Amino acid sequence: MTGDSGVRVGLVFPELLGTYGDRGNAIVIVERCRRRGIDAEIVEVAAGTPIPDSLDVYLFGGGEDDPQVMASAGMRASRDAIDRALGGGSVIFAVCAGFQLLGHTYEARGGETLDGLGLVDMTTAAGPSRLIGEVVVEPDASLGLPILTGFENHGGRTRLGPAERPLGRVLSGGGNGVDDLDGVLRDHVIGTYLHGPVLPRNPALADLMIGWVLGRELEPLDDVLVEQLRSERLEAANATGWRARLRDLRLNRG
Amino acid sequence: MLGIQPELLAEVGAGRRVVLVSATNGKTTTTRLLAEALRANGTAVATNHTGANMPAGIAAALARDPEPEIAILEVDERWLPKVVDPLNAELLVLGNLTRDQLDRFGEVRAIAEQWREVCATHPDLRVIANASDPHVVWASEPADPTWIALGAPWRSDAATCPRCAGLLTWSADRFDCGHCGFAQPDTPHRLEDDVLVLDGERIPLHLRLPGAWNRMNAALALATAVLHFEVPIGRAVSGLAGVEVVSGRFSTRRLSNGRNARVLLAKNPAGWTEVLRWLHGSEAGVVLAVNAHIADGRDPSWLWDVPYELLRGLRVAASGERALDVAVRLDYGGVNCFVEPDPLVAAARLPGPEVDIIASYTQFTHLTKRSW
Repeated sequence: MTGDSGVRVGLVFPELLGTYGDRGNAIVIVERCRRRGIDAEIVEVAAGTPIPDSLDVYLFGGGEDDPQVMASAGMRASRDAIDRALGGGSVIFAVCAGFQLLGHTYEARGGETLDGLGLVDMTTAAGPSRLIGEVVVEPDASLGLPILTGFENHGGRTRLGPAERPLGRVLSGGGNGVDDLDGVLRDHVIGTYLHGPVLPRNPALADLMIGWVLGRELEPLDDVLVEQLRSERLEAANATGWRARLRDLRLNRG
Repeated sequence: MLGIQPELLAEVGAGRRVVLVSATNGKTTTTRLLAEALRANGTAVATNHTGANMPAGIAAALARDPEPEIAILEVDERWLPKVVDPLNAELLVLGNLTRDQLDRFGEVRAIAEQWREVCATHPDLRVIANASDPHVVWASEPADPTWIALGAPWRSDAATCPRCAGLLTWSADRFDCGHCGFAQPDTPHRLEDDVLVLDGERIPLHLRLPGAWNRMNAALALATAVLHFEVPIGRAVSGLAGVEVVSGRFSTRRLSNGRNARVLLAKNPAGWTEVLRWLHGSEAGVVLAVNAHIADGRDPSWLWDVPYELLRGLRVAASGERALDVAVRLDYGGVNCFVEPDPLVAAARLPGPEVDIIASYTQFTHLTKRSW
């Protein structure tokens, strides 16, 4: 954590990258800190202002095409601050358009290419169709997280470089859209196509990132209501047979 | 593509003066208020008063009422470009464009582009449009419209300039793009609280319909009646004042336990936010009834864009098929609630003399058809 002011959760360019209830991810991180007696606050980084290096969590959300162009320019202009923050142990959590901007480039349908931050080795191109619906992802085993549930709505096809690791394996839905993977995971940088928003549905993922910031394990919270919601959404997605697919995957791994 | 033949629309619309009303929010109410303003002046009007706003519904409404020369028709914003020609429309009345059911419709900007194409290719088409909404202004510009500044309470879907994608600057009552000069058009017609100012003349609105959003609908309807149809102001105002319920919206119903429940429709973040501002400080119990069918938007992520924190301290029930999504949102917003998927059961469980049921689209249509 960078200061005594508690956990500072940056909502980056909310006017541009807030199409899919992305503020919800910030609300959940802050509220889960407060419920444990940890000071936390949302810091809005308005579009057109530089991104500071003093935040603990940086949230990049989803957005339409034109705002994504603006967001890309603003992020690249603040690249040094972002690097300093990452070097100091801060966390980046990027969803949808924000996830795409972590990579080298985003190629729109018309063929024009938008530069991303290049923080991870990946590229995205607009695909022929939008991927819309419930998504179920088995997260990378190193994270120790339960199954992830979310909703996706994007036209992107994202290809990870050979050295990059995905956030997880898609059991149901589209994810990165070119293989059975979703998102990216590198150190304290997480990208994903899941919204819903994703953290209200997956509080363990929120707690993982808070734990990274604080450098310690967190005590559990009462998540009875969220568990009911998770069961309902995972059941709704199970028409696609993701449970059987998970079982097969695990059997094949021995 | 129309679901019905364009020739059928052309047939039922032939020989009529057709006005098309479209917006993300308020098109049903604006259509009804405009129709009543004309009727108050003794003009017969054909209209799709039930809110059936796609081609089949429009054709049915016109076929049902073949006599009136004037047709005031609400049109789904995505269908607007496809019905202008078959109906040989004379006037478009354009209210607002905000995020609605993104997983079905795509992006706000894409709809604005389609509207703009219509305006650019129909030189004889008249347009009355909201000067305070950047996407509506962008869409309407080529038609040299009559502008009315209705105010912009919901700005979250218009952060960037529709023309150049630069960042828009918002002051209290207008927007400007510092990059390309795109700006809110100046106009002598504007809404100031509950007074419509037309060319300097101040016209108090006397509405029975609640909320700031209905004043915007009424101002647009009144301006259209007076400026386009030359209805005397007093008659138009009295026509609007007679409207209490619009296609089930704002209707008050008696519950089985003898108490009253009022039913309101809220379809998207802008609509929900307006309703919550209006409810803030109310004593009534509140049922939030949310589904996520195609007509509601299959993704209820928008729940997190709505300031449900305004409901803190009220008695609230999370309801509908997505009651759990609502309950989790309320929990993180510090709002106590109980979960009951059936909104009528939930309404009966809330204490107090009155209950407001705020419903997403398919919950609303279900509730207003259901026997109480």
